[in-house]
Amino acid sequence: MAGTAVRGRLTWQTATVGSVVDETATVRTLSLELPDWAGHRAGQHLDVRLTAEDGYQAERAYSIATAPGEQVAITVERLDDGEVSPYLTQELRPGDQIEVRGPVGGYFVWDPVDGGPLMLLAGGSGIVPLRAMLRHRAREESPVAVRLLYSSRSWPDVIYRTELDQRAPGVTVIHTLTREQPAGWTGYARRVDQQMLAEVAWSAARAPLAYVCGPTSFVETVAAGLVALGYSPGRVKTERFGATGS
Amino acid sequence: MEPLEDRVLDGNAIGGLLLEVFGTEMTTATGACGRCGTAGQVAELAVYRPGLGTVVRCRHCDNVLMVMVRIRGVTCVDLQGLASLR
Amino acid sequence: MSPISRGFHRRRGEEAEGGRVPPGQYVTHDFPVLSAGPTPHTALDSWTFSIQGGATTKSWTWQEFQALPAETVTVDIHCVTRWSKLDTAWTGVSLDVLLGTVSNDAPYALAFCDGGYTTNVPVADLTGGKAWVAYSYDGGPLPAEHGGPARLLVPHLYFWKSAKWVRGLRLRDNDEPGFWEMYGYHMYGDPWREQRYAGD
Repeated sequence: MAGTAVRGRLTWQTATVGSVVDETATVRTLSLELPDWAGHRAGQHLDVRLTAEDGYQAERAYSIATAPGEQVAITVERLDDGEVSPYLTQELRPGDQIEVRGPVGGYFVWDPVDGGPLMLLAGGSGIVPLRAMLRHRAREESPVAVRLLYSSRSWPDVIYRTELDQRAPGVTVIHTLTREQPAGWTGYARRVDQQMLAEVAWSAARAPLAYVCGPTSFVETVAAGLVALGYSPGRVKTERFGATGS
Repeated sequence: MEPLEDRVLDGNAIGGLLLEVFGTEMTTATGACGRCGTAGQVAELAVYRPGLGTVVRCRHCDNVLMVMVRIRGVTCVDLQGLASLR
Repeated sequence: MSPISRGFHRRRGEEAEGGRVPPGQYVTHDFPVLSAGPTPHTALDSWTFSIQGGATTKSWTWQEFQALPAETVTVDIHCVTRWSKLDTAWTGVSLDVLLGTVSNDAPYALAFCDGGYTTNVPVADLTGGKAWVAYSYDGGPLPAEHGGPARLLVPHLYFWKSAKWVRGLRLRDNDEPGFWEMYGYHMYGDPWREQRYAGD
């Protein structure tokens, strides 16, 4: 049984692009129809493989943006000098096919049985796997309390803006906008630092479970900051993304 | 290109590659450095991907733990820097 | 057979003047930083460059190295990851000057570096005005992320041979594979014959 499950995850499946949603000017969510998908856990990612007519192949990893049980979707940020992201965010259309492998990952995953309280910290597109966790929590009607600290360049760059604004019970979302803020903004307006963490993070006494995702420099600063607040290092999970627009 | 420090990733980024190489989920496996003995989950190891291959290093002493190079569809895997991987 | 991703193609750069770009390469105006490890930071007062051959080692401190005759050259560089950068300007000491102080006719060299990187180059490809130990790029001190304080510069071979943070050469009778060569990259690495991998 386990062997079959692994073989399934090891093989490349053909996914058909279902619908696309532009989350921001540079970020697009692609829903994927995967008839042989065996399911996934919140926080996992999948590998995408593209093949050009001359046989050239490129592979990239993208976090799954949806909860277990929902249609698989990935949220991709377009990098100006990228090779794959401009294709996925501008060229690919519903009905097109790409190859997908996965799900991948057993470390940066959360399920309600893992408990909380949950401290989620996202830098830029690092929000993607954390959003899958939030959707999973909501679908499972988990009572685990959540605080999300989400760092973005500006309000138009906030991914899943409307969804996060919906004030789900038990979920507190704190934004920080590091480059530009809308008129009248009274929230944080700088990169995450120790002071902000001290004000926003669950007290270490509550033995929180933390997930930090985003560019490496963000993850390193935040993870060290949480440990400095007394968080148990074993309960601070990190996922460093490559180039992001933040 | 993004700042140099943002280009160093972690074992999460090579979960798919490791799945292919080992045939099983490896990001929660524990690797121990053959030089300094520091043990950590593969997901937390430092991963460098300069385009020629993948180099996985100990976060404590920077010792090379794993090198994976894929040429003509064949992946060469060197685990010599690890004292153990379980 | 993988399905073709409609409209997808590998990264392409601009066309360059005929004959300047080896097969399979594209021209970039960036200077990508590719590293297999953390950037070393060696203090100049502990930096040395050595040539080891047989029983003797010839070594220069940073001050001694700076006192050697240097030249400024403008060269095209070609990375095995397919980018080429044209007209890059470097200042450094020619390997003709450095190897000229050593009486050792071993045919092969293994360059060794801070951080542990190595790469092999035939001595014949380091001499005759073909290679330098460069400490300046584009008119300024070579940045650490690009190999400073000094790197090997061998522009007629793929750029993985231009070892960053170089600290010396070991002269050998046999061609020993360096770091990437051990994992299957070409022992010689001529971009004009597209010698990326062993067997090319």
